[in-house]
Amino acid sequence: MPRDKLVTSESDVSIEVNAENEDDHTDSNDTGREVTRRRKTRERRERENKRKAKNGGSKGVPGHDIKERPEREHRRGKGEKRKNKEKEKTGIEEDDEEVDRDHRRAKGGKRKDKEEEKTGIEEDNEEMDKESQNQKKKGKHGKVKKLLKDEKDTRNHKRQETSKTEVEINTNQKKVKKKQEDEPQQRDKGHTKRKVKAETSSESSDLSDVEELTEEEEEDEEEVGIVVGALTPEELEKLKEAVDDRKKLVSTLRVKPWSMMKKLQTLKESQEFVEKYEGALGKGRGRKLYAYKVMMSKKWMKFLRDFENFKTACIPWEMKIKDIESHFGSSVASYFIFLRWMYGVNIILFGLTFGLVMVPEALMGRPYGSIPRKTVPRAEETNAMDFAVLWDFGGFAKYSVLFYGYYNNQRTVGWLKFRMPLSYFLVGVGTVGYSYMVVIRRMARNANEQGGGDDTSFNFSWKTFTSWDYLIGNSETADNKFASITTIFKEAIVEEQESRKDDNIHLTRFLRVLANFLVLCCLAGSGYLIYYVVRRSQKFTLAGLENYGWWERNEVNMVMSLLGMFCPMLFDVISSLENYHPRVALQWQLGRIFALFLGNLYTFIIALMDEINLKRKEEEIVKLNMTMWQASLYNGTLGVNTTAPSITADPADVPRGPCWETMVGQEFVRLIISDTMTTYVTLLIGDFFRALIVRFLNYCWCWDLEAGFPSYSEFDVSGNVLGLIFNQGMIWMGAFYAPCLPALNVLRLHVSMYLQCWAVMCCNVPQERVFKASGSNNFYMAMLLVILFLSTLPAIYTIVTIPPSFDCGPFSGKSRMIDVIQETLETDFPAWIGKVFSYVSNPGLILPFLLLMVLAIYYLHSISKTYKQFNLDLKKKLQTQNEENKKKNKRAALKAANDLEEARNASSQLQLEQQSNNNASSRDDRSLDNSDATTYQRENGHSTYPTKNRYGPSDPHRYTNRPPVPRGPGMPGYLPGLPHQPASKLARRTNLQD
Amino acid sequence: MGGTTSQLPKDLLSEYQELTFLTKQEILLAHKRFSDFTREGRNSPSPRVPMEKILTLPELKSNPFRERICQVFSTSDVKDGSLTFEDFLDLLSAFSDSATLEIKSHYAFRIFDFDDDGTLDGGDLEKLVNCLTGDTDDTRLTQEEMRQLISNILEESDIDKDGTVNLSEFQHVISRSPDFVSSFKIVL
Repeated sequence: MPRDKLVTSESDVSIEVNAENEDDHTDSNDTGREVTRRRKTRERRERENKRKAKNGGSKGVPGHDIKERPEREHRRGKGEKRKNKEKEKTGIEEDDEEVDRDHRRAKGGKRKDKEEEKTGIEEDNEEMDKESQNQKKKGKHGKVKKLLKDEKDTRNHKRQETSKTEVEINTNQKKVKKKQEDEPQQRDKGHTKRKVKAETSSESSDLSDVEELTEEEEEDEEEVGIVVGALTPEELEKLKEAVDDRKKLVSTLRVKPWSMMKKLQTLKESQEFVEKYEGALGKGRGRKLYAYKVMMSKKWMKFLRDFENFKTACIPWEMKIKDIESHFGSSVASYFIFLRWMYGVNIILFGLTFGLVMVPEALMGRPYGSIPRKTVPRAEETNAMDFAVLWDFGGFAKYSVLFYGYYNNQRTVGWLKFRMPLSYFLVGVGTVGYSYMVVIRRMARNANEQGGGDDTSFNFSWKTFTSWDYLIGNSETADNKFASITTIFKEAIVEEQESRKDDNIHLTRFLRVLANFLVLCCLAGSGYLIYYVVRRSQKFTLAGLENYGWWERNEVNMVMSLLGMFCPMLFDVISSLENYHPRVALQWQLGRIFALFLGNLYTFIIALMDEINLKRKEEEIVKLNMTMWQASLYNGTLGVNTTAPSITADPADVPRGPCWETMVGQEFVRLIISDTMTTYVTLLIGDFFRALIVRFLNYCWCWDLEAGFPSYSEFDVSGNVLGLIFNQGMIWMGAFYAPCLPALNVLRLHVSMYLQCWAVMCCNVPQERVFKASGSNNFYMAMLLVILFLSTLPAIYTIVTIPPSFDCGPFSGKSRMIDVIQETLETDFPAWIGKVFSYVSNPGLILPFLLLMVLAIYYLHSISKTYKQFNLDLKKKLQTQNEENKKKNKRAALKAANDLEEARNASSQLQLEQQSNNNASSRDDRSLDNSDATTYQRENGHSTYPTKNRYGPSDPHRYTNRPPVPRGPGMPGYLPGLPHQPASKLARRTNLQD
Repeated sequence: MGGTTSQLPKDLLSEYQELTFLTKQEILLAHKRFSDFTREGRNSPSPRVPMEKILTLPELKSNPFRERICQVFSTSDVKDGSLTFEDFLDLLSAFSDSATLEIKSHYAFRIFDFDDDGTLDGGDLEKLVNCLTGDTDDTRLTQEEMRQLISNILEESDIDKDGTVNLSEFQHVISRSPDFVSSFKIVL
């Protein structure tokens, strides 16, 4: 920037600046008269702008070197006015730049305008943006501000600043839009009001907020002006838009991080506005309709809100879970949420079986005692009502709707002609189908919620910003959390440094192999034990259970439950050998427990299969006996069959088959019961009594029980979740043969909810090993899915391959259970459907269909792979872009810093000139300005013009002596409106926003 | 408690519902809890409850950021962290289940910004980490670890490399975190 040109124009500038100075002098004290000042300022600006525009038209001399151009671009932000004046005098600036600047400003104005219009949908980021814009503006007006000498406080100043910038924006806007002269008056009104508003609004709300609010105010004012006048269609349209904007604002108000007072105010204003002008929009007939529509929409909103409230009130145990959440953090609560979800699923399953199978059979099927399968046999009759028998689900319980065997093979029951066997079959299929659907849907939703963020890029930031669980309201949990966060930090640091090395890798390896070997032994042992016990119990059953005690009868279940209880502890001990990272150790532990449970379950099933085969052999014998018995009943008349026995013999006396389906169902029910009991007993002993002992014996014990050996138990989230999952697996497996299982499970879960909530709250301490809730959710669901698949496999196998018993259950008399579909198709549907079905089930059609599915899966898989690759590429692109931006920003910031310095110096020079011309200013001031000038010169050492001489003669010794740097509040070089931060930082921030 | 809950006018209640993420029951509960604090106090239209009293809430008692939370949500002129009922509702709304990620991250940023300067710089981060690791000496990080940690954090989240984390950078980081929304909750 040619400095000597500036010198020639000194007098002119000084007058201008003086006028400004006077303005500020007279008004900044008196807020009441600020309005006039504002108008004056505005007018002055307008004048300036006009002049500027004029200037832009004049042709400049394109004699500047290229190097200086970008510099000026930045300078424009700060020293714009000064430049403006320079140009005015010299008139040798490049023309294109000037035009460009005006363009820019116009654009800025327009943008501002747009922003004003869409205040309703402003986001945080935009607010940030605005703030930075403000700062930019602040920079722009650094000079004006500097001239305000008698300033009281910075806040007041800031506010003035805001309004001032807006004034400028408005005038620019006007220029751009070529508006008429009568509008500014209206605007002025708006400003007046705004000023007052800004004065009265609370001190704490930040700058941008005030601005926003006042903008709305202004908009209001404008709208009033329009409505008062005639309503032309465009205006009507505009008004409508405004009303819509307000509505939008109201609906999005809650996502704004404002204080409630402000939100309330805005809401009220907007509502008033909407109410006031909504009616004006519709005319004549349309008006009524419109009002009606508005009213209805209001009612609908209210209804929706109430419904929402009702819905949240209906979620069961919400308060309980929140209570636990606030004590133990979200990971323990995640177990209870999982439990509640399980409960919901089981309620649905229960509804299916209860509504479509049990109730119809109980109400419309043949009553108890009418046919053999519905009667307790004579041999069992004596103790059929004993509690011990009923507890085992024998006696009357066995011959009831609870089990498969009770159901009759009548094709239809009751006056509704309810297809009982078909219904039974379809409910079985539906249970499995529904379970699959619900689990997969939940998994997909969880995956969505997690957003698929990769955990490597923000490892430390996440650990810092998101590791605190704000729900924790218990000091003990908080202490644990502190400790765990510290460990996490330390681990992360160590991992980052990668300085961790295994001291004895061979020993560790050996120990790990040993541990795995031990675990395998445990698993095999437990499997064998279960197999052995099941075989033994078969022997007992053959010999007649009544000869044995309680233990022999419940051996299988008890052994399974005990194994499930103690093996995990054993694994825990073994895993301490391995010296894994806690997270890895937890995964191993979970995997091992999973294997154990799975192994146990499958051994159990294999043993059951053996038993089924035994029963079927027995069945053959019974069938033979049956014919013998019938023969004896009819004195050798072998030809007559089935109708006869029901007349002559009591159904209790009729010999019957062993009915393996009921046996399977019974086994599962017993297993569930004993599992439940073990859980509860463990809870009671392991948690409650332990807590009691620790709590009360601590007074008279030789060591500290609370801190020492027994201490209180922790709530084992993963173990409990696993238990729940396996329990559900057993339900799925057994539900086909015992329709009562879902009902039992609902009961169990219900009790569990209360019991465990109580136990957790009263006798558990929060766990130390914190397991992240969100990360594990899908892990649990995946396990559930695996279990679901594994448990449906045997059920499907038995249904499809093993022929049903001949004298019990809804499918008796058929060779396969699946035949019920065939039968229905043949008898209940028109013939062509059967034909279609047979075609469809033709392997020739099924094979291509399967092939198609495989192809589709392959296609989708490859597409997802491509997307992943695409995502990765995008990320890479972003990163390179980032790098580039960083570099650019660095350069820009450096330049901006220089420019800012320059601008400051220039303005201080101007001030100096003015002072020297008009009144005798103190020497001190001059010296300071002088020093600024030195700074300027120093930093622009490459510039072509010599400025030294100008100040040299007036004050040579000061010029050389004073250090250029110090510049604080009160000194002329400092910009009072700005918080004192380095110029480079400011500039960089503004650059970031672009 | 019927007396205290009926103090809240119906239209105001519906406005509060409109403006917060809270349900009617939650607002009523909040009002009940809040009026427990103000009972003995003067009966001005919007009484302020000093920060010390708010901090006795069990939900906030063991939160290391409790003072910051109060200061951020307070609209008091003297910056003493005292809350009016409306501030209190703002607090609960931001920490509620259904609040959006944007609003949560905005307030989280302000809570972590200990010196209220609009960016998270090294000092803020150090205070934040100290809050997270607790007051006792055995959980506190050493100077070296702290330095390492802070430089790592800045390395990751300071995208424009100005030595501080600003709001947009913070939100960028937070928006990818799997458990921020689920853990940034306070329930009465």
